[in-house]
Amino acid sequence: MEFSQGLISAAYILAALLFIFSLSGLSKQQTAETGNWYGIVGMAIALIATIADPRVDNVWIILVTMLIGATIGLQLAKKVEMTQMPELVAILHSFVGLAAVLVGFNSYFEMDHSVMANFTDSQQMATNIHLVEVFLGVFIGAVTFTGSIVAFGKLRGIINSAALMLPHRHKLNLAAGVLSFVLMVLFVQQGGGDNLLYLMALIAFVFGWHLVASIGGADMPVVVSMLNSYSGWAAAAAGFMLSNDLLIVTGALVGSSGAILSYIMCKAMNRSFISVIAGGFGTNVVIDTDTDYGDHFEINAEAVADMLNGAKSVIIAPGYGMAVAQAQYPVYKLTQTLKDKGVDVRFAIHPVAGRLPGHMNVLLAEAKVPYDIVLGMEEINDDFPETDVVLVIGANDTVNPAAAEDPTSPIAGMPVLEVWKAKNVVVFKRSMATGYAGVQNPLFFKDNTQMLFGDAKDSVEAIFKAL
Amino acid sequence: MIIGIPKETLSGENRVASAPTAVAALLKLGFEVQVQKGCGTKASFTDQEFIEAGASVVTKKNVWQSDIIFKVNPPSIEEIELMKDGANLISFIAPAQNDDILAALKAKSITTLAMEMVPRMTRSQSMDALSSMANIAGYRAVIEATHHFGRFLTGQITAAGKMPPAKVMIIGAGVAGLAAIGTASSLGAIVRAFDTRPEVKEQIESMGAEFLELDYEEPEDTGSGDGYAKEMSKAFIDAEMALFAEQAKDVDIIITTAMIPGKPAPKLITTAMVESMKTGSIVVDLAAAGGGNCELTEAGKVVNANGVKIIGYTDLVSRLPNQSSQLYANNLVSLAKLLCKEKNGTFNIDFEDVVIRNMTVVKGNEITFPPPPIQVSAAPVKPKAEPVKAVEVKKEESMSQGKKHIFMAAGALLFAWVASVAPADFLSHFTVFVLACVIGYNVVWNVSHSLHTPLMSVTNAISGIIVVGAVLQVGNSNPLIQVLAGVAILIATINIVGGFVVTKRMLKMFRK
Repeated sequence: MEFSQGLISAAYILAALLFIFSLSGLSKQQTAETGNWYGIVGMAIALIATIADPRVDNVWIILVTMLIGATIGLQLAKKVEMTQMPELVAILHSFVGLAAVLVGFNSYFEMDHSVMANFTDSQQMATNIHLVEVFLGVFIGAVTFTGSIVAFGKLRGIINSAALMLPHRHKLNLAAGVLSFVLMVLFVQQGGGDNLLYLMALIAFVFGWHLVASIGGADMPVVVSMLNSYSGWAAAAAGFMLSNDLLIVTGALVGSSGAILSYIMCKAMNRSFISVIAGGFGTNVVIDTDTDYGDHFEINAEAVADMLNGAKSVIIAPGYGMAVAQAQYPVYKLTQTLKDKGVDVRFAIHPVAGRLPGHMNVLLAEAKVPYDIVLGMEEINDDFPETDVVLVIGANDTVNPAAAEDPTSPIAGMPVLEVWKAKNVVVFKRSMATGYAGVQNPLFFKDNTQMLFGDAKDSVEAIFKAL
Repeated sequence: MIIGIPKETLSGENRVASAPTAVAALLKLGFEVQVQKGCGTKASFTDQEFIEAGASVVTKKNVWQSDIIFKVNPPSIEEIELMKDGANLISFIAPAQNDDILAALKAKSITTLAMEMVPRMTRSQSMDALSSMANIAGYRAVIEATHHFGRFLTGQITAAGKMPPAKVMIIGAGVAGLAAIGTASSLGAIVRAFDTRPEVKEQIESMGAEFLELDYEEPEDTGSGDGYAKEMSKAFIDAEMALFAEQAKDVDIIITTAMIPGKPAPKLITTAMVESMKTGSIVVDLAAAGGGNCELTEAGKVVNANGVKIIGYTDLVSRLPNQSSQLYANNLVSLAKLLCKEKNGTFNIDFEDVVIRNMTVVKGNEITFPPPPIQVSAAPVKPKAEPVKAVEVKKEESMSQGKKHIFMAAGALLFAWVASVAPADFLSHFTVFVLACVIGYNVVWNVSHSLHTPLMSVTNAISGIIVVGAVLQVGNSNPLIQVLAGVAILIATINIVGGFVVTKRMLKMFRK
């Protein structure tokens, strides 16, 4: 079965449209599932049209490799725990990056280098542009590849999540950029050059690794989203190499949407987008361990249950700790019990709670918490003063009053959930250790704060029993 | 150390400086507590309750011999005479007005902490007795007004006719003012409130009142840096008075709470305004003790001026003695916790701690009042810093604006150069690319926060479109290209399938 060129173009336009619908569908809860289907259908159309392209040969290789890939992908997606979502997304990004590198190399190898001498001016220009495209495509792809692997490692805990602080790291980054640019100019001037390309790929791999390694774990949500954007640009670059509009459109869509998403998240954390990308966070952190914050007060599960029994309104502020302890199910059981008793229970989600944007929402949704009681920071922050009890489950930096009160704090100015304004705050925590930002949290020492130490899941279950 | 709770001797004072629950808390800190016989009677605490809480009941003479005295009102000179040399005293003192008391305390080396000197910091809120008492006063002011007001506060439509809701104006939205707003609006009245500090507008509105805005803007900031309001300029006061005069004709109840620390209360409600009020209207003057906000106020009395009653009670807090004693006692317990971090029953007057430093008016045989100033309220500091900031921001903006323009110009030039030499084919691709960027940019802006993760995983799946590139290359005759393309197809497919399936899994879990 072979399609005419016109039919293929039409199919590509249709696929591109479906991708746009898919993204816009995903921005609302009601249309999200349809959006996903648009994406799937668009992808199917694009693939069928491409395979049916008369220029495509060796269809059996395509089908076999796709079948294997699909099986692996299905297995990964089916098996993954919701708490491991960030890791999965990160490693998937690295695949796109690697594919872009491979496509870039192929595109370069495909060129016929022997006829270059007889080129007219315009042909020469076209070749130059193509070489630039190849170069950029491989560069972005390589950065995405190693960057995603490091992000994966950090999220997984294989790589130390603290920001890597090489001396002169900004200069190193700059040097890598400048060197790559010089290589690109040489590459184009010489009409290509295998070694130049390999050298650049190597630099790009190291650059990508260093770029993400120097960003602290707390900023991983932004990094993952940023890598998402990179993977889009890599696809767009591949589109230019192959003169394929579908790749260009889709790559640009993914690239720009990923960039915006990262920007939205940076704004939520009151961080400069540039400084996160350049690995700025944590640079000037002066961790002040000498300050005496006073004593913290411990409480036990029974007392928390009593407190909840007497409460009219309860807000639960979850964080990464809830994900780690897999406490979302008992939390929801607790929520239901309280709701049955007529207590107003709601969830307060900080924009960067967890290790992925919307991480908490996904976990709570997994436990079947209805999403109309799950509120964002702006929606709920004003309600804390009228709240009887706030349960902070495994959150730390996102509820740190130092962000609002202490201008010297490394997280100063970051909008936080103002839980300390509630009448009582119970903090579920494993120990008095600091959070990802490495900052002490004065919340724990406030008079209206009680600490409940232990595994979040066990604690919640103990409270549930005591109720 | 032994804490003594004497009976308050000021006439009309019903409060006591401790409560049975507070006694228990003090014992936990390692103190012993003795109370004067009958000290809590007027606040509905019996001696028996104090004994059950662990205190001993003693005579007046014995109680004044305690190491530490907790009191509500400033002690009289005679009472100070009863105290041990070198003892401690925690009480309201009014140190600026009571030089003689400070001198007497100094003479006996009595280390004294004044409860009105608690700085307005987040950390010291639990000790801030002015706030806890003001809250009660604000509540009681509305109750007193209602008591003298011949009508409902809420509006009702009944078979016997329609009753409009009462209109209440509250001047000064400090703790007392806000408490009054809350009480009056929960009784159903229409509440309007005014404050010289525009930043409290939100607080006023959050309590359910309308914020009365002034057309006039004060050139400088209106807070004084210590969390209290300060005196205003002449022009401001004129504008303010015009507003009050206009409101006085309309409202039924005026509650004034305007006080400036260490100064006589500003006169805000003139005789003419009172005359313009409807008969049966009420003015409650919470500043009566400081001279009153209303010209006709007489401290401690209700004045009837042509049918308008002006309530000048100075003992509003004492009219809720049980709760006010309880709250005051809790403030003292919080202070005791700060003074006795070791929980060993002894005080440590640590001048490194600004709260303690600020409160201590006599230390040993030395008067330490007034304390060095501290800035506690974040709001007043801001305006000072703001002009500088504004300039900086502007600079940055204009710089980035300039940069932007340079970039744009450079981009346009570059594009023009590429366009002039590049083949038409490239240009059409580039156009598509730019348009797609714009679409991607616009589509994502409104994404709801809960969908960030699914959105990311679906874009991730879509970026697997790179597979198309590999598919187009796999037909090449070069085996190396075939292998590389094959690998690319394989991993890109993992990405596509994995991304979509995971997204589907996630979305399935969202439900209403």
